[in-house]
Amino acid sequence: MSDSEVPDAHHLLEVANLTIYHGQLRAVDDVSFFLDKSDVLAIIGANGAGKSTLLRTIAGLHIQTSGSIMNDGVEISKLRTFRRVRRGISLVPEGRRLFPSLTLEENIQVGAQKAADGPFNIAAVYELFAWMPERRRQKVGQLSGGEQQSVAIARALVANPKVLMIDEVSLGLAPIVIERIYEFLPKIVNEGIGVLLVEQDVSQALAVATRVHCLLEGTTSLTGTPSELSSQAIEAAYFGTIHSTPTSETT
Amino acid sequence: MIWLNVIVSGVLLGGFYALFACGLSLMFGVMKIINLAHGDMAVVAGYTAVFLVPKFHLPEVWSFLVVVPIFALLGYVVQRTLLQKSIDRDPFTTLLVTFGLSVVIENLLLEIYTANAQSINIGSLISKSFAVNSTIYVSYLSLTVLIVSIVVLGALQLFLSKTSTGRQIRAVSDDREAAQLCGTNYRHIFGIASALAFATVALAGIAYGMYSSISPTAGGVNLLFAFETVVIGGIGSLWGTLVGGMLLGIAQMFGAHFNEQYQVLAGNILFLVVLAIRPRGLFGKKVVMS
Repeated sequence: MSDSEVPDAHHLLEVANLTIYHGQLRAVDDVSFFLDKSDVLAIIGANGAGKSTLLRTIAGLHIQTSGSIMNDGVEISKLRTFRRVRRGISLVPEGRRLFPSLTLEENIQVGAQKAADGPFNIAAVYELFAWMPERRRQKVGQLSGGEQQSVAIARALVANPKVLMIDEVSLGLAPIVIERIYEFLPKIVNEGIGVLLVEQDVSQALAVATRVHCLLEGTTSLTGTPSELSSQAIEAAYFGTIHSTPTSETT
Repeated sequence: MIWLNVIVSGVLLGGFYALFACGLSLMFGVMKIINLAHGDMAVVAGYTAVFLVPKFHLPEVWSFLVVVPIFALLGYVVQRTLLQKSIDRDPFTTLLVTFGLSVVIENLLLEIYTANAQSINIGSLISKSFAVNSTIYVSYLSLTVLIVSIVVLGALQLFLSKTSTGRQIRAVSDDREAAQLCGTNYRHIFGIASALAFATVALAGIAYGMYSSISPTAGGVNLLFAFETVVIGGIGSLWGTLVGGMLLGIAQMFGAHFNEQYQVLAGNILFLVVLAIRPRGLFGKKVVMS
């Protein structure tokens, strides 16, 4: 079954025929996929493929030109960003976007202010990232890149999202730091959170994802599970070197 | 001893300027809005105290009990209806909108109350003072305004640093988009910041009406002093605003010591020197216009 052919049951998140323009430029073209509880869907693609635009649109920071975004069967395209967050859709944005004049703890408190009921609160994320309590009173500018990324993830987690979108978690970080950050992923997936991951490091994405969705210049070039996709097919879809038809995906 | 007198008078005057400027500083710090109608709003507050408060059978000295809540509400409404639309476009639209608001307010006041000056009657408090020594006298009114100014700035600082809403205001000020991603309705937060700014400008307008007579066209000069205070102290810094007000007051008193006509000039020179040497002000943060 392809991503766009979904049964009647409501998915946690369902994106259908989404087209997004940046001015005159068509950044995302007719993209469809869905996400269920405990899914980790990796969106991969080269620079400028439209991955971040896609996530920002789902979060409500961009308005799509056409298509729909459904959350638990409810159309959320018209909702403002903060309302989508309160429905359980959180984005860890590219570049972390922490609040520099606030301390580590204050950054997380801002994320927790409109939190839904759920497993994560400030104490729980301090357990997840054990180094945080000691440094909670530091301004976030004094933290390393990896630590800042962890704070950005913690800030999103304390809202108890149903869908967690993470944009370029590994950007600019050393491999050992990336590995440490990714350690949190199984723990939150076990809580039933669906994760939508944008990652340029394809091997890392394939290692953690349950499904992969590849974008090439804004269009879907490949979908499938990591086990069923060959590295040649991924390379072709990623760089557009060979014309490939989107493969079917088992659900 | 003469110079000590100049400094004391400057500090007392600075308290008034700081009270006047903290709303301007707050609106710029949080929303990146330079409210050109700030001085006119203070004048409206003064007129409200003169004409509306007697209807509540309150002594005019207690007029802030009525005027401040009205202005807080007005600030929220003006932000959500008029200013938000201009913020969504660009900073220049906001400048134009607040300039237009200033012109409209001034003309409405002229139309309704004529050009005749008014003042808030506080009885003998206007002239009461106490002697520190044989040459230095401190006016009770000036001292009260200075204390009010410090209390207001301290309360604002506490509110911003210790409360959940204050944290959200600082978060929105840092990064509006990221704050939305944390579930914050930044428009509502802007409304709260405007309410606070308008409440403080109401206090400043009442203080102004007690100090001297108010007229519909007084807003422009007051805006200039508030603007100078904010720039000297540092954009977006509340304690910087207090220091900026005091430095401006001292500079003006210093100029006035030689010749009364030099009072405003001396303040303007300090303003220009600070702008030239340290454009972000003495305690200001770097500001990036979004």
